Amino acid sequence: MATFAIARRELGSYFRSPLAYVITAAFLVIAGYFFSVNVIFSRQATVQPLFQTMYTILLLLAPALTMRLLAEEQKSGTIELLLTAPIREVEVVVGKFLAGFIFFGVMLVLTLCYPLLLSIWGNPDRGGVIGGYLGALLFCGAIVSVGLFTSALTQNQIVAAVLSFAILLILWVVDGLSSVFGGTLGDFLSYLALYPHFNDMTRGAIGTKDVVYYVSLILVALFLTWRTLEARRWR
Amino acid sequence: MIEVENLSKRYGEKVAISGVTFDVQAGEILGFLGPNGAGKSTTMRIISGYMPASDGTARVAGYDVFTQSLEARRRIGYLPENVPLYTEMKVRDYLGFMAEIHGVPRRVRKERVDVSMEQARVTDRADWIIGKLSKGYRQRVGLAQALVHNPPVLILDEPTVGLDPRQIIETRNLIKSLGGEHTVILSTHILPEVSATCSRVVIIANGRVVAEDTPENLTRRLRGSERIELEVGGPGKQVAARLRAIKNVQEVHVEPTADGRARLFVDCAVGADVRADLAAAVVNGGWGLYQLRNVGMSLEEVFLQLTTQDEAAPAEAAELEMEAVGT
Repeated sequence: MATFAIARRELGSYFRSPLAYVITAAFLVIAGYFFSVNVIFSRQATVQPLFQTMYTILLLLAPALTMRLLAEEQKSGTIELLLTAPIREVEVVVGKFLAGFIFFGVMLVLTLCYPLLLSIWGNPDRGGVIGGYLGALLFCGAIVSVGLFTSALTQNQIVAAVLSFAILLILWVVDGLSSVFGGTLGDFLSYLALYPHFNDMTRGAIGTKDVVYYVSLILVALFLTWRTLEARRWR
Repeated sequence: MIEVENLSKRYGEKVAISGVTFDVQAGEILGFLGPNGAGKSTTMRIISGYMPASDGTARVAGYDVFTQSLEARRRIGYLPENVPLYTEMKVRDYLGFMAEIHGVPRRVRKERVDVSMEQARVTDRADWIIGKLSKGYRQRVGLAQALVHNPPVLILDEPTVGLDPRQIIETRNLIKSLGGEHTVILSTHILPEVSATCSRVVIIANGRVVAEDTPENLTRRLRGSERIELEVGGPGKQVAARLRAIKNVQEVHVEPTADGRARLFVDCAVGADVRADLAAAVVNGGWGLYQLRNVGMSLEEVFLQLTTQDEAAPAEAAELEMEAVGT
């Protein structure tokens, strides 16, 4: 399967570059710091603050990781190898997405030690842990697909990173506008926001609405990536 | 095996190629020759399925490269210009990856990788990181990549750029050995390459095909006459007058040389060998004959004649000479 071949190659090249280790280390150090500070001061066995921290760190780090996915291939010309191989653009897009998604998945698995620690000395809300990790996975899928899309737009990795950061930031704060507009538009804007959906899930409330939100965000971004890649041939 | 019909490509207002038509028979090695920017890469990118044409069609093994792109691409091995590679990978892993996305089944993949490394002579660097290889090795890894799925059709965009003279000869021999079993299109702006490797030449200039034939025929057809050079110890004008009287001689140019001899260029009808008559005429006139030889028009001259327009000629001639020296 070409999709898995592409995903495997991409993951391989992540781990052959220092970037992957730097990002993982930064993520774990910051998450660990906030986790311990929180547990020490609040004396509560709750994972919710941990997920809030992870949300912020992931959103800030993701563009650095996703920027190279397609931009680098366009810069170095290797995209020509992929697009002349007997595979569909969709397979390229899904393969690249899987690589980024699996990378974040691995980072999330490494954080499982925190809820494990909590459950040794306390009794964290199991629904919150499960919902939180599911939400985190979906959220990672969303930020990877947005990053992949901006990476398809340009051969400049910095431009790709800044663009995806801008989009993620807008999706972060967009619900602030909902009260200004009110009504249907306000509802829509607050539905668009990334964070509330995630927050609901960390409380153990896995709502269809939230899952649908993330899945559709992923699909839209992947669809746009696919179209961008296809349009590239016509330039 | 490859049929290109009326192919055109426009980038906005700019016309890259227009009405390009040619066929390549199975097992043939076709040289695609033209100055830089003539549209060679554009044509090859269209045939390889990387970009669609604005107009016209191209078929590989009977499959349209646009409407039946996947089928066509399955049958093509492509070496793009500038040889893009995943520089952080090892040679062996890279070729394995390329084999996999070209649908080479798992059980024969290792064998295909080994065979292609052997063919391209990169086996001794199999476990090197591509980024640490020299230009020559990278070029050959690119060639191995084009061969790894054993495609019937090979499209090689300037396969010998950046190689040293010995590597160039080795690569040409490899390409020559691929003919017969594979159908090959190779582009180049280096003329000796064409006469060394190709059975047929398509010359392209300013996005149009200006000539298509075997290298030998092209030379012959364009000249329309044969040229003989003589060096004679005697008054040039008198010698020329004597030579003009010979049957089948069409034109005689005289070029005086410093040492009192004369250099004469005799154009005569194609197929008529007048060398014996020329020699007899000179000797009978009582002059010394120092040299007499056939001057073939080189492919360089043909190429220049076909591809250049007046003003551009001197600059391009200089460039070509340098390249000829470089090889």
